[in-house]
Amino acid sequence: MTLLSGSDTIQELTIEELRAKVGTGMEIADAEEHMLLSMGPQHPSTHGVLRLLVELDGETVVNLAPDIGFLHTGVEKTMESKTFTKGLVLTDRMDYLSPMSNNLGYILAVEKLLGVEVPPRAQAIRVILTELARISSHLVWLGTHALDLAAMTVFLYCFREREYILDLFEMVSGQRMMVSYFRPGGLWRDLPEDFIPAVRHFLDFFPSRLADYEALLTNNPIFLNRTKGVGVISAEDAVSWGLTGPSLRASGVKWDIRKAQPYCGYEQYEFDVPTQTEGDVYSRYLCRIQEFHESLHILEQALDKLPDGPIRIDDRKIVPPPRSELGHSMEAVIHHFKLWTEGFKAPNGFVYQSVESPRGEFGVYLRGDGGPNPARVHFRAPSYVNLASLPKMAKNLFVADLVAIIGSIDIVLGEIDR
Amino acid sequence: MNRNQLVFDKITAAIPDAIEEVLDFRGEQTLFIYQKHIKAVCQFLRDDAEMQYNMLSDVCADDMLPDYPRFAVNYHLYSIPQNHRLRLRVRVEDPDDGPETVGAIWAVATWLEMEVWDLMGVRFKNNTSLRRLFLPEDWQGHPLRKDYPLGYEDVQFSFNWENIDAKKPYAQE
Repeated sequence: MTLLSGSDTIQELTIEELRAKVGTGMEIADAEEHMLLSMGPQHPSTHGVLRLLVELDGETVVNLAPDIGFLHTGVEKTMESKTFTKGLVLTDRMDYLSPMSNNLGYILAVEKLLGVEVPPRAQAIRVILTELARISSHLVWLGTHALDLAAMTVFLYCFREREYILDLFEMVSGQRMMVSYFRPGGLWRDLPEDFIPAVRHFLDFFPSRLADYEALLTNNPIFLNRTKGVGVISAEDAVSWGLTGPSLRASGVKWDIRKAQPYCGYEQYEFDVPTQTEGDVYSRYLCRIQEFHESLHILEQALDKLPDGPIRIDDRKIVPPPRSELGHSMEAVIHHFKLWTEGFKAPNGFVYQSVESPRGEFGVYLRGDGGPNPARVHFRAPSYVNLASLPKMAKNLFVADLVAIIGSIDIVLGEIDR
Repeated sequence: MNRNQLVFDKITAAIPDAIEEVLDFRGEQTLFIYQKHIKAVCQFLRDDAEMQYNMLSDVCADDMLPDYPRFAVNYHLYSIPQNHRLRLRVRVEDPDDGPETVGAIWAVATWLEMEVWDLMGVRFKNNTSLRRLFLPEDWQGHPLRKDYPLGYEDVQFSFNWENIDAKKPYAQE
């Protein structure tokens, strides 16, 4: 991240100075003939504060380098001085479009470090909520992606449906977006009574809405022209560049962490992993559209066989005692006090846990050192890694195609910069 | 045969004395690799027909202060055909003389190593792209290090840079 200082103008600088200033380290092929365009950070199609330094030959992208860090908030460092439970709220704020997936990845890592497993009901509720988060995140992607390609209607429709899902989140957690609903050892509270009927209602009306979006886009000649054959990446390259999630599956690699290394009991649900073969923007679009259907399918199954039972483990050293016990049990008061003043201690060791977030593999590396705070937290943010292959995908295409590609890899800058 | 054991045996056969230590924790295997062998081991793990670790999920560094060697770099490898995760961990004595880049093996490694350099200050040999990524170009220090001051301090501006810097609690050598 670099800003030109006030006294410099680009024209006065030599190319070496300019390269040092812009800070992206990009190789500039032809400084005399080509134009350097700084796209962003304030640009609607960069989905946040991504700055791209683009070298243009006429309107063709010769080379580009992403410049990030405008939203860097030091989440990983901050978490080292918070207890495991308190650190949770920071994970919401990274990928703010699907906070549930981030919560889940982090909480699973904490639970792995502690060596505990939550009861089946908590697992099923986690699945329900993360799948809802996937739908809501894909809705924002679809809306903004279509908006980038000048289709305003889809955007408005998508945000209408997303609002319904955010209401569901508010119902369970009291928050629309920054939910922090999953806690080490279980959940914050059990589901409210009217949650399940509300999700069922969503399952009833959503497929027809999905048909509406598809009617607007899937066979729309303008949309096809803008997306077909644009930003192609082969399966081999996609793996080498670490692409994950729908962006990888659009290149024909059938890999989904929910299938490959199931967590939260995903192995109990039947669902398909949609793949495409072209690896272009349109395939990524089709993959995500099909994922809507698969998520709905998982939701139906999860609601049907949602087990009864506790929503937290019974370990008072990790999970606070219920409010009712505090009135008459000295031990409960002590546990409560210890947990909220000091937190629980994690053993010495490190784990890596990954979950399939809407954008790809969200991985958490967590090291405990025997104290109540993590000694090191590292997030493998899917947006950050997916951004790496953007220069490769956009080479020799038009600036307008670049906009389509950024939309199709579905980045969230909060997660990239952390 | 257990896959973890297979990986261990194959590496030992291909590159003897590459593995320093093996650690099993919560069902995850960590192979401690000597720094000078990391590139060869990575190359082997990707190319061998039985290994096929074709994806580098993540590279992240860890500051083990007050332990020595102070830094450790983790490589989280994943094999899509074999569906297996593996962690390689390299102990780094001198962060300015870090492990060799694996960018030629997995294209994404260059990008991941840039983050490690920016925030933890471990310099990867032969990675020519290392630069400030998240932080401003003129930033001093690497914030994820344990001895990096953690707030509660005056903000440094250009006019009072030295004054504030003199009071910063840097680690004692």
